[in-house]
Amino acid sequence: MTTISKVRYSRRSLLKTGGAALAASALPAPMVWGQETKNITLRQFGTGVSNLNEVGQKVKEELGFTLEMTALDSDSVTQRAATQPDSFDIADIEYWICKKVWPTGNLQAMDTSKIANYDKIVGIFKDGKLTPESEIAQGTAPHTVGFVPEQGATSFADEPTQWMTLIPTIYNADTLGIRPDLIGRPINNWSELLNPEFKGKASILDISSIGIMDMAMVCESMGEIQYGDKGNMTREEIDATFAIFTEAKQNGQFRAFWKTFDESVNLMASGEVVIQSMWSPAITAVKSRGIPCVYQPLEEGYRSWGGGIGLSKSLSGMELDAAYEYINWYLSGWVGGFLMRQGYYSAVPETSKEHMSENEWGYWFEGKEATGEITSPFGDVLAQAGETRDGGSFYDRMGSVACWNAVMDENQYMVRKWNEFISS
Amino acid sequence: MTAETDTPTASSAAPAARAGRRLPAAMVAWFQAAPLALVLGAFLVLPIIMIVIVSFWGATEYSIYPAFQFDNYEFLFSSPVTYKVFFNTFKYALITWAATLLIGFTVAYFLAFHVRSLTWQIALFLLCTIPFWTSNIIRMISWIPFLGRNGIANSTLISWGVIDEPLEWLLFSDFSVILAFVHLYTLFMVVPIFNTMMRIDRSLIEASYDAGATGWQTLWHVIVPLTKPGIMIGTIFVITLVMGDFITVRFMSGSQSANVGRLISNDIGLLQYPSAAATAVVLLVTVLLVIGILLRFVDIRKEL
Repeated sequence: MTTISKVRYSRRSLLKTGGAALAASALPAPMVWGQETKNITLRQFGTGVSNLNEVGQKVKEELGFTLEMTALDSDSVTQRAATQPDSFDIADIEYWICKKVWPTGNLQAMDTSKIANYDKIVGIFKDGKLTPESEIAQGTAPHTVGFVPEQGATSFADEPTQWMTLIPTIYNADTLGIRPDLIGRPINNWSELLNPEFKGKASILDISSIGIMDMAMVCESMGEIQYGDKGNMTREEIDATFAIFTEAKQNGQFRAFWKTFDESVNLMASGEVVIQSMWSPAITAVKSRGIPCVYQPLEEGYRSWGGGIGLSKSLSGMELDAAYEYINWYLSGWVGGFLMRQGYYSAVPETSKEHMSENEWGYWFEGKEATGEITSPFGDVLAQAGETRDGGSFYDRMGSVACWNAVMDENQYMVRKWNEFISS
Repeated sequence: MTAETDTPTASSAAPAARAGRRLPAAMVAWFQAAPLALVLGAFLVLPIIMIVIVSFWGATEYSIYPAFQFDNYEFLFSSPVTYKVFFNTFKYALITWAATLLIGFTVAYFLAFHVRSLTWQIALFLLCTIPFWTSNIIRMISWIPFLGRNGIANSTLISWGVIDEPLEWLLFSDFSVILAFVHLYTLFMVVPIFNTMMRIDRSLIEASYDAGATGWQTLWHVIVPLTKPGIMIGTIFVITLVMGDFITVRFMSGSQSANVGRLISNDIGLLQYPSAAATAVVLLVTVLLVIGILLRFVDIRKEL
């Protein structure tokens, strides 16, 4: 599909510059379209996870244009997408951020007919169902904010339409990380985080929007609170959740709270903490130091998150074409393979398969035993032959998502309560 | 700090008048003070005014809008968390002050009165400053592996048989926060105290001994009163640094305790700039009050 759009550039460029090109025929004629795309720069910003320099380099190699990437934390990403539409071309944001930002009208919907691999995108991002039997999880499930009825609409459509808000890029299912060697017994429930057995050895992340979801999973698992919707709690539910956690904090349940990826790795690797909320690559980082660490699947299911790329409303003309070209390339497999070899999932897994070895595909996606060493794209050994991925296959993991990262109506109230919890 | 910078204004008039220029002396003085005044105005006074203005603004989830409302202050003063956090901030400041004063005074006393040769005094003084060639944050973070559950401190104590179980309170506690503060800021106490001690006329101490005073009496009735300005300068340094800090508290308490600085940094992280500004204003006023009270005890300008 890349050639099609390049031909389009060439035709347009020829019309524009045809006369001049003829007049200057003495000059050795360069590939006009090639020159023009080279001058295009797309500015992408987003959270750290998928803003990878490797992707930028590959784009330059394969598509010819420049992708400038800026990594920010999720609060700043939200602010920028909401208030400065002219400062970016492509926003790499999470779905819950999309829910906040889309109503501002700063992003434009994408025409799915221009997305070559649209039909292969997994169901989670279309009708919300991974398989026809799947139940839809609580929170801001991607499909609920994935489509709009028409270009320019500021409210979301209830079912898939021709206009997509974000093209899904990367997603995963999060759970608790544990040190099996220091715990020495099976862990099967979220409620174990507050088990007095781990007094002074537990941790939770100090990022309110995600931490509150982990808290909710724990409280529900303890049987203390039944939530209407964990992704959109009432004030009473928020108060009850914090009451339980404040009590646990004052009893010394927590060793520390972490805010950055590195902190979570160090807490776990040093043995300060034996059970905590964690992100998938952090588990990998602990393991690569030779320390046993398990991303423990739990009965209540996972807390999941997903990101996608959206287009600024100010994109048009050749830049818009380049952006579509970039999206099509993103879904065509190389990036997917690159991300899946780190433990994330790609929105179009089948195209990624071609960019992974059979062993890698079996380990990461199908949950099979590794037949040889599994290495990350950066060369670190992550698993030996005979090991399997924690949680099993793609369908086992993404099939048991209990809730999605979300933004609540009572968000500001929750944030204030969070601040109180930290200082209590 | 501003008090010190005012002094050149008054004393600079005379030389210009002597040079016989046409400009009136007062004008010259103004011109001479102008560069510093402009720099301070642009980089100190204006930003503070801006903070005060923004503290009355309103905020939505991702933007701030000009307004004149007292919401931010109202929320701040009505929340029990604020009082708790201010109490915590004072607690850290007070304990750190006491510890740094004790250590700082002892070190300075040793350097000034026990080390006889000037070469050795300078050499030992420089030795004190060597840790300060590394970054603040590095010095703080290096405590974490030392104090951890399986860290050097605990494993040493266990191998000596002093304790059977690792001490949990060594890290991620108020103890570790204050330890880091004391480690980071003691030098700010040593330097001014050492400086004033070096100016004490040695004959006063001899006179004290000749008059029959014991070592303690000399220390208490001669040396301490004469080092007061140094102690006061050190105190101002330590108190303002501890009260304005947020990163030490965050790292050394494992994010589990908060001081006012963390309250502000949390607000900034959540894009609640007006509320952060309001907290900053209250903190600024508090710190100024504390310094005002301290200066009641010693008139630094007179004593220097």
